[in-house]
Amino acid sequence: MDLKLKIWRQAAQDAPGKFVMYPIQNISSEASFLEMLDILNEQLVAKGEDPVAFDHDCREGICGMCSLFINGKPHGPDAAITTCQLHMRRFNDGDTIVIEPWRAKPFPVIKDLMVDRTAFDEIIQAGGFVSVNTGGVPDANAIPIKKRNADLAMDAASCIGCGACVAACKNASAMLFVSAKVSQFALLPQGKVEAKERVQKMVAKMDDLGFGNCTNTYACEAECPKEISVTNIARMNREFLCAKVS
Amino acid sequence: MTNLDSKIPEGPLAQKWTNYKAKQNLVNPANKRKIDVIVVGTGLAGGAAAASLGELGFNVKVFCIQDSPRRAHSIAAQGGINAAKNYPNDGDSIYRLFYDTVKGGDYRAREANVYRLAEVSNEIIDQCVAQGVPFAREYGGLLDNRSFGGALVSRTFYARGQTGQQLLLGAYSSLSKEISKGSVKLYTRREMLDLVKVDGRARGIIVRNLVTGELERHAAHAVLIATGGYGNVFFLSTNAMTSNGSAAWRAFKRGALFADPSFVQIHPTCIPVHGDYQSKLTLMSESLRNDGRIWVPKKKEDAEKIQKGELKPTVIAEEDRDYYLERRYPAFGNLVPRDVASRAAKERCDAGHGVGSTGLAVYLDFKDAIKRLGKNVIEARYGNLFQMYEKIVDENPYETPMMIYPAIHYTMGGVWVDYELQSTIPGLFVGGEANFSDHGANRLGASALMQGLSDGYFVLPYTMQNNLADQINVPRFDTNSPEFEKTEKEVQERIDKLFAVKGKKTVDSIHRRLGLIMWDHVGMSRNAEGLKKAIKEIKELRKEFWTDVKVPGEKTGMNVELEKALRLADFLELGELMAMDALDRNESCGGHFREEYQTEEGEAMRDDKNFMFVSAWEYQGDDKEPKLNKEPLVYENIEVKQRNYKTA
Ligand SMILES: Cc1cc2nc3c(=O)[nH]c(=O)nc-3n(C[C@H](O)[C@H](O)[C@H](O)COP(=O)(O)OP(=O)(O)OC[C@H]3O[C@@H](n4cnc5c(N)ncnc54)[C@H](O)[C@@H]3O)c2cc1C
Ligand code: FES
Repeated sequence: MDLKLKIWRQAAQDAPGKFVMYPIQNISSEASFLEMLDILNEQLVAKGEDPVAFDHDCREGICGMCSLFINGKPHGPDAAITTCQLHMRRFNDGDTIVIEPWRAKPFPVIKDLMVDRTAFDEIIQAGGFVSVNTGGVPDANAIPIKKRNADLAMDAASCIGCGACVAACKNASAMLFVSAKVSQFALLPQGKVEAKERVQKMVAKMDDLGFGNCTNTYACEAECPKEISVTNIARMNREFLCAKVS
Repeated sequence: MTNLDSKIPEGPLAQKWTNYKAKQNLVNPANKRKIDVIVVGTGLAGGAAAASLGELGFNVKVFCIQDSPRRAHSIAAQGGINAAKNYPNDGDSIYRLFYDTVKGGDYRAREANVYRLAEVSNEIIDQCVAQGVPFAREYGGLLDNRSFGGALVSRTFYARGQTGQQLLLGAYSSLSKEISKGSVKLYTRREMLDLVKVDGRARGIIVRNLVTGELERHAAHAVLIATGGYGNVFFLSTNAMTSNGSAAWRAFKRGALFADPSFVQIHPTCIPVHGDYQSKLTLMSESLRNDGRIWVPKKKEDAEKIQKGELKPTVIAEEDRDYYLERRYPAFGNLVPRDVASRAAKERCDAGHGVGSTGLAVYLDFKDAIKRLGKNVIEARYGNLFQMYEKIVDENPYETPMMIYPAIHYTMGGVWVDYELQSTIPGLFVGGEANFSDHGANRLGASALMQGLSDGYFVLPYTMQNNLADQINVPRFDTNSPEFEKTEKEVQERIDKLFAVKGKKTVDSIHRRLGLIMWDHVGMSRNAEGLKKAIKEIKELRKEFWTDVKVPGEKTGMNVELEKALRLADFLELGELMAMDALDRNESCGGHFREEYQTEEGEAMRDDKNFMFVSAWEYQGDDKEPKLNKEPLVYENIEVKQRNYKTA
C-alpha cells in the first residue's frame, strides 16, 4: 500500500518542532508499524537525510520502550496492544497517518518521537519496592497467598511503564501507573508492612514531578496496552485514605 | 599461552561453594564505602548484582542502553525459571537439576559451576517471592510448577507468560530501593564502548551518552559486564533490537578470552519469517510444548498443497500426520531439548514436508489438549501467547494449528570466566548471558533466568567482594590519567573513521547480509566447507562495511545510525570468530551440529576424546589470527554418556 506519513520532527528538547510529510510506497500489509518506520528510515538514510528517532526495543509488547501517538491515539487505533504490535493490515492504501510523540509536561521530547520518561523511575524509587535485601528470606512456600489475590496482583504487575496512560489523560495524570504498583503490593502479604509509607511517598513524588490530577475520565484504562484496570486507582485511593487516618 | 585457571575450590562437589564462602575474604562495612564498582547492564544479572552490591555498601554505578533499567532484554522472557525445590514431590533434587543441566549442555559445561547454580536456585525463588514477585499459585495458595524441555520433573516457576518481566521488575525494584538510598547511581541511555585498563587491571569504562553523543569516562576498582548475549549477530533473532555483543567484544580486544563463541541456541518455537523487511523474530514460549503436539503432513503432496494455500491443516486426517518428535523420541516426545527439536524441524522441512507459504514451518497443534482439558484451561495457561500469535499472524490458534520454525535465541558462548566469574583480566567480572559459564553446548529452557539471578544475587556479591578485599587501600581513580585519555581517544577515532567512510550502504542492509551468511553457514547445521566460505564472506563484508557504509547525521546529539554502526562493526568481527570456532570443533555437540559428525539416524556425534574442552580464544591483534586456548573439562561426579532422549 502507499501512504502519507505526517511525522513530528524535533531536533532536540529545546528546539522547535514541526510536522513533516513523508510519502511512502509499497508497504506490505504484513509488515509491523515499526517495520514500516524502519523502511522509511532506510530510505531517508539512503538519501542522506536524518532518520526519524523513535524508541523501541523488544518489539513484542513487553519492554514498554515504544510509544507514539498514532492518529490521535496512544499506541494507535487498536485496543490492548503496543505500537510495536500494530500491523499495517490495520491501515488502507492511500491513508494519511499522523505520528506524534507522547505529549505530557513530565515527559519532555528528547528528539522527534522520543520522550524522556525518567519521571516513572523516580516514582518507583520513591517507594515502589519491598525493602528486603538479598538473602536471609523465608522459604517461598512459607506464606500461602490466595490464588485470587496472586492473580489480581499479577494483573496489576503487568504494567509495562510505557506512559500511554499519561499521554492519554487530558491532565497528564500518572494515577494508573502509580496505582498499579501500589495495588500489586497492597494485594500481597509481602507488601503490607510498608503499605502506608509506600502510597504516601509515591503519590507525593508523582505530584512533585508535575503529573496532573485524576478526574475519572478513564481514558488511561481505555488506552492501556496491558488493560490495567482503573479499579487499581480506587484501591490506591482507599490505601491513601487509610494511610492518612491511621 | 594464557594460563586458564578455573579456580575451582577444593572438596567434594556439594561442599565446594560452602567451603568457598567460609574461606573467602570480606571487606568491612567502613571500607566498602571507599570502593567503587561499575556494573554494565541492568538485566537480571546486572540489575540483581548492582542492587545486591549496593546493599552490601559498595559504591555502585550502573549503566544501560534503554531509558530505564526496567526495559532490559530479560523483560521478554516468557516461560519460567527453574529451581530444585521439589515442591511437586516428583523426585527433583539439586543433584538432578545439576545432572539435567550438564546433560542438556551435552557435557561441555564446568561441573562445579553448574552444581553451584543448581544449589542456589532455591534461594532465588525465596528471594523473588520476598520481593513481591507474583508467581502463579495453586488454589491452596502455594506456588505452581510446570515442566519444560529436557526434564522429566516439574520444576519451572512462572508468572503467566511473563516470567522474565516479573523477575526483572523484582530486580528493578531492589535496584530502585538502592538508588533512592544513594548506594547505586544510575546512568541510562549510555553505551559502553571500551574497557579501560590500568596496570593490567580493569579500572573503568568509556561510554557514549546516547542523548548528547558525548563520550564519558567512568572509573572504579572493579568492572562487571552483564550486557546479555550476541544473538543479533544473525540480524534476525528473538533478541531485543539493541541487544549486542560490543561490551564483551571490547573486553576480548583488551585481553579477556572469549569462550565457545560458536555455541548458539536455536529455539524451536518461533513465529516463521514472513518478509525481507522483517526486523526481528518472535518467540512463542517453549512451555507451549507441554500441551501442543508438533507435526507435519506425512505426505509430501499434502505439504505442497498447504504451501500453495490449497489445503487446510485441520482437514488432514490423523493417520496422515507425522508427529515426528513423538515418533523419533518416544521418552521425551515433544519435550526434547531445544537443539534436538530444532534440527528435527529443519530435517522435515528440508525433506519437503514443511508448511506455510515458504515451506519453512511446522505445526504446533492444541486440538487434543483443548479436547482433553477444555478451551478455558488452555486459555488460562497460554492466553497471552495465543493472543500475541494471532496479532502477528492473523490466525486463531484455538482453531488452526500454530506455525512455528526455529530461530536464533540465545548464546551459550561468551567471555571466559573462572569459578568466581572473573575473566582473564583481573578486576573484570562477567555475569548472565554475557559469560559462557553454565550451559555448555546447549541451554535448557528456564535456565537462563536462573543463571542471571544466581550470578547477580548470590554469586557475584561474594566473589567480587573476595577480590576487592585487597583493594581497600587503593585510592579512587583519576579519569584524567593517560590510560583513560588514550582509551577515549581510540574510541573517538573509531567513531571518526565511521563517519569518514561516507559510503552508500545503510547499516541495516549490511547487517542483514551478515545475518544471512551466519544463518546459512554458522546456524542450525554446519560443515567445514560452509564455515570456510562464511569466514571468507564475512571478511569481505567487513571490508565492504569499512569502505562503503553510510552513517548520516552528526557526532553530537542522538544518532541511532551511529549506534547501530558501532554494534555492527563488532558483530562483523565476532561473527568470524564464531565461524572459526565452529570449524575448529570437529564434532557435533548440543547446538553445534557439524554435518560430518552424525550417526546414520541423523543424531549428533560427540567426540569426547578430542573435544571435551572449553575453547577460549585470545586476541592477538587485528591483523593476526586469534589464538586458541583449551580448558579441559573433567567430570568426576557424573557419568558422561551419549545424550539419549529416546528412552528415559
Ligand atoms: C524472547 C525470549 C524469551 C526468553 N524466555 C526465557 C525463559 O522463559 N526462561 C529463561 O530462563 N530464559 C529465557 N530467555 C533467555 C533470557 O531471557 C536471557 O538469557 C536473560 O534474560 C539475559 O539476561 P542478562 O541479564 O544476561 O542480559 P539482558 O537482560 O540482555 O540485559 C543486558 C543489559 O545490558 C545493557 N547493555 C548491553 N550492552 C550494553 C553496552 N554496550 N553498554 C551499556 N549497557 C549495555 C542493556 O541495556 C541491558 O540493560 C528468553 C530470551 C528471549 C529472547
Ligand atoms: S518495543 Fe517493547 S513494548 Fe514495544
